[in-house]
Amino acid sequence: MRELELLKTIAASPKAQLEKTLAEGKKVIGVMPYFCPEELVYAAGMAPFGLWGAEMQANESKRYFPAFICSILHTTLEMGLRGELNALSGIMIPISCDSLKGMGANWQYGVKTVPVINVAYAQNRKIAAGDEFSRSQMMKVKGELEEICGHAITNEDIAAAVAVYNENRAAICAFTEAVGAKPGLISAADRSAAIKAGYFMDRKEHTDLLTALTESINAAPAPVWKGLKVVTTGIIADSPELLKIFDENGIAVVADQIAQESVDARYPTPVTEDPVLGMAQRYGRIEGCSVLYDPVKERGHQLVDIAKANGADGIIWVMTKFCDPEEFDYVPVKRMVDAAGIPLLAIEVDQQMVNFEQARNAVLTFAEMLG
Amino acid sequence: MAADKYSMGVDIGSTASKCLILKNGEETVGQSIIASGTGTSGPGRAVAEALGMAGLTMEDISCVTATGYGRNTFSGADYIVSELSAHAIGAYALFPGVRTVIDIGGQDAKAIRVNEQGRMENFIMNDKCAAGTGRFLDVMARVLELDVSELEKRDALAESTVRISSTCTVFAESEVISQLAQNVDINALVAGIHDSVAVRTASLVRRLGLIEPVVMSGGVARNGGVVRALEKELGVSISVSPLNQLGGAFGAAIYGWKKIS
Repeated sequence: MRELELLKTIAASPKAQLEKTLAEGKKVIGVMPYFCPEELVYAAGMAPFGLWGAEMQANESKRYFPAFICSILHTTLEMGLRGELNALSGIMIPISCDSLKGMGANWQYGVKTVPVINVAYAQNRKIAAGDEFSRSQMMKVKGELEEICGHAITNEDIAAAVAVYNENRAAICAFTEAVGAKPGLISAADRSAAIKAGYFMDRKEHTDLLTALTESINAAPAPVWKGLKVVTTGIIADSPELLKIFDENGIAVVADQIAQESVDARYPTPVTEDPVLGMAQRYGRIEGCSVLYDPVKERGHQLVDIAKANGADGIIWVMTKFCDPEEFDYVPVKRMVDAAGIPLLAIEVDQQMVNFEQARNAVLTFAEMLG
Repeated sequence: MAADKYSMGVDIGSTASKCLILKNGEETVGQSIIASGTGTSGPGRAVAEALGMAGLTMEDISCVTATGYGRNTFSGADYIVSELSAHAIGAYALFPGVRTVIDIGGQDAKAIRVNEQGRMENFIMNDKCAAGTGRFLDVMARVLELDVSELEKRDALAESTVRISSTCTVFAESEVISQLAQNVDINALVAGIHDSVAVRTASLVRRLGLIEPVVMSGGVARNGGVVRALEKELGVSISVSPLNQLGGAFGAAIYGWKKIS
């Protein structure tokens, strides 16, 4: 599967991908989680570049954030402070959680070379006024992007970008479905890398590679699978070292509710006359992530449904260390999962971790319990 | 008459290596505890000592099962099992009908739910933190200039309890030093340290859901002061495994025996 190798290379070397994009003469905009309007960057003819932290030791960032802030923010700020992201023409930072609210100001103060584009969304996102508020904020973002790219971003450009992103989301869903149908064919680490690569490359190219890979998976014979099938949930689950532990213990990821993976992909932008309003409406529809206002905990219902639909033996919650929204969600969502009789394991992860022994122990025990 | 079969369980923890040999899955014929854990000569010495006690050689052993944090680096294991499963198996063999197993080891604490058939059905582990573990007790004993084996006796002599409010081992150490500076009774301080461990462990058990009967396994189970404090905190009676520190090795030996028989 040549496409898989290519996607894995891109996912493992975002810096090389950034340099390649810059060498093509494109301006690049950093995009932090969660759910930023990347389509506007694409529509402007610039390249969005996902910033989900990095597996590194954060030192400089501790001048700005206390230690008990998630490593996604710590390591992203660390890269900025070290000058590793100076080539960016801007960075979109949303205000999805309390820590991100401080991120924009910290970045502005510490990384003067890369301007911040603050992204705000309506908290009450299920009502028309919420859509209108989110739309107005996206229009503000659009204006700031126009200043950076030096030209107007037309509705036609945005509609075209929305189509590219919708195709990409559909390709991700088709890929995860194909992988889930044939456990044992694609490892947990490879599954994650194939999706993650999309954050660092042109979405059209990602769609093409992923579609070809999905066709190969669909054409391949299903391996005899005697291991376990799990659904993952959380913010990010891309550590190859962690995912290797799943493979070691005969655990296949058959579906996910991970913010970096399928959560975004499940929700295409509705096609409307006003494409920015469509993007705002999409934000109102997304479910399954702790940073979204979700008073009825739809996340729990969705997680149970995903696990049942995929015949999962259990759920693994990849808990981002020091993520308050995830910790808050854990209690009600676990109760819902427990009520459905689905075993759940929570393992805490941090991008600064170098030793996964406790996670290894927990995953082995979980596998023994389910086996 | 069939020849006897021997299964060996080796539990390589963070602070100690334990080995136990079972004859025909029932009778313990050799056992050893060496106070050196993973990455040391401890595992090899524990195996040699248990074999010596049993009067056996490795050739006599039908099956070796490794458990504990050092399980993956132990060469010669036929099977590997997590220490949670091992402690659950061991506890159920000694106390049929047990529903909750508490295992406090050198660097972590675990609460394990066992179903009516003796199968592990849920578990919870502490954070990556030494608070509430054997290491916490080691650190506190050192500050008090006591051997960790003396803590139980000191606890029994306590007429009151000094509350330790810090949950972090490092801060708790500072707190104990401050109390010492105020000449508080050491026995009361020891009782407070045990209460502190009990509070941490009880929160784990409550998160799992407490179902009686409860058994405590692992090295810290040797300390009756912790057991006392935990019983008070949870409001239940706790049976202590007579093998306590060897509970994991015992469970691993049974696990291996079941695999070959």
